[in-house]
Amino acid sequence: MDYFLELLLGGLTRGSIYALIALGYTMVYGIIELINFAHGEIYMIGAFTALIAASVLTMSGMTGLSVLVLATVVAVLYASAYGFTVEKIAYKPLRQAPRLSPLISAIGMSIFLQNYVLLAQTSDFLPFPNLIPALPFMEPYSQLMGSTELVIVLTTAVATVVLTLFIKFTKIGKAMRATAQDRSMAMLTGVNVNRVISNTFIIGSALAAIGGVLIASHVGRINFYIGFIAGIKAFTAAVLGGIGSIPGAVLGGLVLGWTESFATGYVSSDYEDVFAFCLLVLILIFRPAGLLGRSTAQKV
Amino acid sequence: MDSVLNVNGMTMDFGGLRALQAVDLRVRQGEIVALIGPNGAGKTTFFNCVCGIYEPTRGDIFISPPAGRRRRINGVKINEATELGLARTFQNIRLFPNMTVLENVMIGRHCRAKAGVLGAILRGGSTRREEQEIVDRSYEILVRIGLADQVDDLAKNLPYGAQRRLEIARAMATEPFLLLLDEPAAGMNPRETEELEQLIIRIRDEERISILMIEHDMKIVMSISDRIFVLDYGEKIAEGTAAQIRENPVVIKAYLGEDVNA
Amino acid sequence: MKILSEFRKSFFISLWFMFLTFPILVIRVNTIEKIVEWRWRNMAFIGIGSFLLSFVWRYLLASKERVRKRAEAGEGEEVKPISQRVLDEPWVYRPALVAVGLFALAFPFLFSSYQTNIMTTALMYVMLGLGLNIVVGLAGLLDLGYVAFYAVGAYSYALLNYHFGLGFWAVLPVGALIGAFFGILLGFPVLRLRGDYLAIVTLGFGEIIRLILENWNEFSFGPSGIANIPRPGLFGLKLSLHEATVYLYFLMVALCLFTIFVVNRLRDSRIGRAWIALREDEVACQAMGIDKTKTKLTAFALGATWAGMVGVIFAAKTTFINPASFTFLESAMILSIVVLGGMGSIVGVILGALILILSPEYLRAFSAYRMLLFGMTMVLMMVFRPQGIVTNVRRIYKYRERETDGKPLQA
Repeated sequence: MDYFLELLLGGLTRGSIYALIALGYTMVYGIIELINFAHGEIYMIGAFTALIAASVLTMSGMTGLSVLVLATVVAVLYASAYGFTVEKIAYKPLRQAPRLSPLISAIGMSIFLQNYVLLAQTSDFLPFPNLIPALPFMEPYSQLMGSTELVIVLTTAVATVVLTLFIKFTKIGKAMRATAQDRSMAMLTGVNVNRVISNTFIIGSALAAIGGVLIASHVGRINFYIGFIAGIKAFTAAVLGGIGSIPGAVLGGLVLGWTESFATGYVSSDYEDVFAFCLLVLILIFRPAGLLGRSTAQKV
Repeated sequence: MDSVLNVNGMTMDFGGLRALQAVDLRVRQGEIVALIGPNGAGKTTFFNCVCGIYEPTRGDIFISPPAGRRRRINGVKINEATELGLARTFQNIRLFPNMTVLENVMIGRHCRAKAGVLGAILRGGSTRREEQEIVDRSYEILVRIGLADQVDDLAKNLPYGAQRRLEIARAMATEPFLLLLDEPAAGMNPRETEELEQLIIRIRDEERISILMIEHDMKIVMSISDRIFVLDYGEKIAEGTAAQIRENPVVIKAYLGEDVNA
Repeated sequence: MKILSEFRKSFFISLWFMFLTFPILVIRVNTIEKIVEWRWRNMAFIGIGSFLLSFVWRYLLASKERVRKRAEAGEGEEVKPISQRVLDEPWVYRPALVAVGLFALAFPFLFSSYQTNIMTTALMYVMLGLGLNIVVGLAGLLDLGYVAFYAVGAYSYALLNYHFGLGFWAVLPVGALIGAFFGILLGFPVLRLRGDYLAIVTLGFGEIIRLILENWNEFSFGPSGIANIPRPGLFGLKLSLHEATVYLYFLMVALCLFTIFVVNRLRDSRIGRAWIALREDEVACQAMGIDKTKTKLTAFALGATWAGMVGVIFAAKTTFINPASFTFLESAMILSIVVLGGMGSIVGVILGALILILSPEYLRAFSAYRMLLFGMTMVLMMVFRPQGIVTNVRRIYKYRERETDGKPLQA
């Protein structure tokens, strides 16, 4: 029973991370119908930036919670900047192009960013300090769930709620929904579509960066390639839940997290990544609308 | 003699939305039949059902090609429908934009040729003859449609009227017995519409192809149709000759929204 | 003044990029020795580079807009660039072809073994590019898992040789067939999928195959791979390393010529036209009587055949294979070759492969930036020249009018 609980909570943690990154995917797809292949790299850059910021701060003598906060702020700032810039360079010029063009551009951007970090930093795994301080009230449960895991789950929950409220009640949120539904109409009613799209990328990147900081603290090390695999899994989560749907991204993340956790726990841990890929393939083939999505028929 | 196209009680549901309700329609050999009705009446949906894009929820679609057997074609695949002799054009022109005019028509010959992968690679005598035949027949059709001068132009560079004619040429290349034209006169000026009228009549007379067309342009509908079927909100509300339809109060009401003879 | 505002724009862009790249490019943290390295020179490079490039970028975007507006207005035909018009003249391209042919034949005798090896690799990518060109360029199916067929070919040779002692020449056609079979196998589930979903699923397949090869130790020997794969034999003669390299080079040249021949024939045939129609408009092509399923599967199968064959060659060339050679990055590289060359253009793909594979080798200073180049190529090509470096010109057919039926239908 203990093992089951351990896997359950482990899956919850994993799933939360996937959800955080998946939110960015799903929002961008909802707005411009593009699979932002480079989103995983934004997550990775967030983690790297956090590491660099934290190292500089630590070496200057800072300790404790302020390191976490400042490093995260810096990471979010930079990840958003990267997301914004990538959109302007690689996607905006292709808004009228056939669908495959921005996808190929996204793949190119992904490879570019991976190697940019690789060359600028290193190909080795860099150790990432656990910035999240141990919470004393979690002490008795540390076998099942540590402080880091709790923070991850709570962060995702809070982020989802905030994002949902934001989309529903703020002017920018309304503009986003309008643009997602009908871009030309939104433009005609005075929505600054370029700004809306940029904002979407910024928010998605910010969430990914937070995810990057959290998971790097949890796993303890990062390298230039972590974006690729995390990106694929987060994309799986987004599609699983229904691409374009925010609750879907979270649901998909959790389902994927639990699937992986239980599959590696009970079946085999070697094939960990295969489960995600198989799930992705099966969903896209049999239920491309995902769990919470609605299938749209194409008008001939 | 059997009608070349015989649709009985066709109903089409999209989930909860009923697009067509028990529609009957008949096209006899050598007829030009028009399908008219207000926007959203279900005319293109009707076409899509006949051509295999959708499978009707209920009802039967029978074809009797002059050179073949009568058969039911509900739910047949789109390309099978074309092979059986139904060819169509689209409401929003769907040419192959980056292929030349000639190549667009050559695609129409695809289902009347046989060469496969091995033929393509080896390019033996029979394959080469077949290829030349495809080219020659396609060119012929273009000459007769009046696009011979633009043979090597890219389809996307053609003016609008020529594009519509190219779509018809391409459909004709499949050697259909029934040509379904979806708003062929859309966006045309009166002179072009006049030429289109002549073209359709000649296709019917010289190629012996029956025509079923969706149209909003009443001039061409009244001018060349042998029979007219009227749809409104997915139901057939009238059927008859041009003269009959012109006087039909139900039709007038559907278009103008009130009883004119009140 | 306009120049002033342009300068101001570029100045701010340069500031932005200096800010953006500051943490990653300027700071390097060494956590073991607890030192921070500040590389200010990089910042200077970025500042100057982005300043200059932003001008170029804006200029290219503006000229792209101008071309697009002219095309929309209906004027301005597709003018082929001067270089291509010159190249199209028979008195230019025939001697050029002969010169290239002679150079290719003499190559191993003019250059070292090492150079020959590089050229062989480039030719392998030419073949891979031509194969993917069928799927992506002609049929318009964005296959991101092409590497799977490459892996399948390589492992078939390695395993058939290991278990049954089959030689290179026996396995080469088998590799092609197994490739084709897997092409159909992997193509089947994706038949109904739309562009980007198709891409992701094929990527998934590619990764699944790699992960299986990596973990199913009993079958594929896992991450340690398979070694001692024999090189292709020449009637049982014993060849020195240098001779084997030259032999393999000529083998590759022959296979490339074969590939070019077959792909050319396929493209200008009924099936080739069906692929292009499929790419242009899937619904319209079905309405014209083309069987979508058969056409897609044929594209997958024929595209995969070449990858299977190159896989066998790869195994024979490097005599050792392991799953690490068959990552998604390979698929992306081959894709960028097709993208650079021009979807559907055979000459373009050949040039693209040679450029992308050879330039890191010959521009030694840049070889570390190879993958950066690949990534950038894809983005830049899509933004500025999606049709590729070689404009794909549709074929002009010779037609004969039948004498009797010349009467036009038009009044």
